[in-house]
Amino acid sequence: MSAVVRERPADRAGREALERALAAWPAAAAQLPGARGTFVAKLREEALARFCASGFPTARDEDWKYTDLAALAARSFLRVPDDVQAATTEPLPHHALFDDLGGHRLAFVDGRHAPELSSIGPMPDGVRIESLAAALARDPAALETWLADTRGHSAMAALNTAFLADGALVIIPAGVEVAEPIHLVFLAATAATIQPRNLIIAGERSKCTVVEHYAGSAPAFTNALTQLFLAGGAETEYCKLQDEGERALHVGGLHVAQARGSRFGMHSVSVGAALARHDLTAVFDGEGCTAAIDGLYLAGGRQHVDHHTRIDHAQPRGTSREHFRGILDGRSRGVFNGRVVVHPGAQQSDAWLTSRNLLLSADAEADTKPQLEIYADDVKCAHGATVGQLDENELFYLRARGFDAAAARSLLTWAFARSALEGIRLTPLRAHLERACLGRLPQALPLAELM
Amino acid sequence: MQPILEIRGLEASVDDKPILRGIDLTVNPGEIHAIMGPNGSGKSTLAQVLAGRETFTVTAGHVRYLGADLLARAPEERARDGVFLAFQYPVEIAGVSNVYLLKAALNAARRHRGEPELDAMDFLALVRSKLKSMEMPDDLLYRSVNEGFSGGEKKRNEILQMALLEPRLAILDEADSGLDIDALQVVARGINALRAPERAMIVVTHYQRLLDYVVPDYVHVLSQGRIVRSGGKELAFELEARGYGWIDDAVPAAAGAR
Ligand SMILES: Nc1ncnc2c1ncn2[C@@H]1O[C@H](COP(=O)(O)OP(=O)(O)OP(=O)(O)O)[C@@H](O)[C@H]1O
Ligand SMILES: [Mg+2]
Repeated sequence: MSAVVRERPADRAGREALERALAAWPAAAAQLPGARGTFVAKLREEALARFCASGFPTARDEDWKYTDLAALAARSFLRVPDDVQAATTEPLPHHALFDDLGGHRLAFVDGRHAPELSSIGPMPDGVRIESLAAALARDPAALETWLADTRGHSAMAALNTAFLADGALVIIPAGVEVAEPIHLVFLAATAATIQPRNLIIAGERSKCTVVEHYAGSAPAFTNALTQLFLAGGAETEYCKLQDEGERALHVGGLHVAQARGSRFGMHSVSVGAALARHDLTAVFDGEGCTAAIDGLYLAGGRQHVDHHTRIDHAQPRGTSREHFRGILDGRSRGVFNGRVVVHPGAQQSDAWLTSRNLLLSADAEADTKPQLEIYADDVKCAHGATVGQLDENELFYLRARGFDAAAARSLLTWAFARSALEGIRLTPLRAHLERACLGRLPQALPLAELM
Repeated sequence: MQPILEIRGLEASVDDKPILRGIDLTVNPGEIHAIMGPNGSGKSTLAQVLAGRETFTVTAGHVRYLGADLLARAPEERARDGVFLAFQYPVEIAGVSNVYLLKAALNAARRHRGEPELDAMDFLALVRSKLKSMEMPDDLLYRSVNEGFSGGEKKRNEILQMALLEPRLAILDEADSGLDIDALQVVARGINALRAPERAMIVVTHYQRLLDYVVPDYVHVLSQGRIVRSGGKELAFELEARGYGWIDDAVPAAAGAR
């Protein structure tokens, strides 16, 4: 046997990107908020060490089997165009500001807080919606407990932490309800590497609606990480929309920790980017928590979209509902790996996990794997997965009523997508998400009257 | 007078299995033709072939609708041109509201005829009045098409669509099956309301009782993919009394007579 181990191109890309990260880190870290002597500095250092130990995930990592990030994303990581001046700045998509949503908007351009695009309205006492960088510069120690919680974090989350700089900080004090939606919008203007870090802390019995939104047509590499902490009895309606440009790469982690009796409702919509990878985890740290997650992904062309989710019923009497739908056209690929883990002693857990995929073309591919791991005996759990095409009976029925074949197909496709958004109570928000989806579906229909 | 429908020597198969084996039928304006026959004899296949279902391959014969070749046209073109099929098994379509389907269907037909589309107000007024005549509650408009509808509601919904679209040729595939006595009368009234000199209907049914209300001009018996007997409405009484056994006996004779 030859002793020479040839390095795969993917591995080389990953190694080179890792080297770039290491080379860039000291200078970057020195300028970051809370640079010296603080827990954040230590957090970054430890995260860098963790990331170095694992490197960019490759297909050999079980969790990244279908998404070889080393090969794809590493190529663009921290690869700032040679001539920064000449780096094209894409026009900002102003429609992405969701002006009609009302409420509060915290905007970021290429990962940096953009006060000129933000608009924070009057808020109840104690509510904070601000740039994380500003908060860290002021009083880093106040955020330690939250930022240091690395449960569920992947290598990419470690990378985000190593460069932790800016993002959104939302704090809702106990008992406070923020009635208007909080829109966190991240716009990519250049081919930059963007690593937003978001922290949302919902106090006891508080209520809020948060939208985490990625947009912009630049071929950026986004590696976002959001942590969400729900204290006892808190209710959060969360929405994530990934609507990046067709050459962008998006990696996004969302990690939710739920205390007793809290309710987490989520709509996750991923329609943009050449490659999108979402890691979503929710942990029931207290009894009687609820998580209801509706997901939707659309992909066409050669798009690749991968969701890895995990819900931990770590305490009794938790309820989780997770329903993902995917629509795959062209030569796209959709990956869904959903796990629900019911821990020993988490009695009377109630979990339901489904994944449904609609293939619009013979070359599209879906890999779906919903998994239940149950270590308690008094539970109610169900899961299911389907991969299929549009129903011939339904198509014929519509055609027999005068819809042409293309219109019938897009109507049924739209109907399939739309049911994932039905639960969004905020009408203007639902309309924005519907529009984002419609813009990506194969053919347009006079669907306005449907909405 | 030009016939609405002329079927000549129609043969159709699915996966090389012949199902329609030589159908001849002429339907003139104003006429109602009832088609009866045992399970699996090909009644729904005939109805679906006329509506343009691509599952079935037409292997011989031709069909003219208002003098023009019907089989060459796509299902949606037939529909817009006035061919309506009420399905034996109406299809449930999750996520598409009934009212959207009705409006889109009506406007597609109107555009085809060169008429202006109805605006939301006029449409709603029209559909409400039809809904009322079918004794259907308003909320069925806003639910997904046929989803969770009871058997009877589905059948009424088919007739509602017909009433709205006012087709030239209505093909009703077992519009009466599964209906209670009252619903049967409502559906029959809906069908009769559309009887008109310029319109024709083909009514597929297993039961005499529908034909008590919707009196046909002709009754045909389909067996093993052929019309083996045709007659007036008395034929339906005879079938009701004697079943299909005596017809099946007659198959070779009928086939030989062609
Ligand atoms: N898609 C199909 N594939 C295979 N066989 C089919 C298909 N559709 C119909 N058939 C067969 O064709 C024959 C005629 O069916 P059809 O539905 O037309 O009967 P029918 O007269 O309407 O019966 P019923 O009274 O039970 O409604 C049956 O033997 C049926 O099994
Ligand atoms: Mg039938």
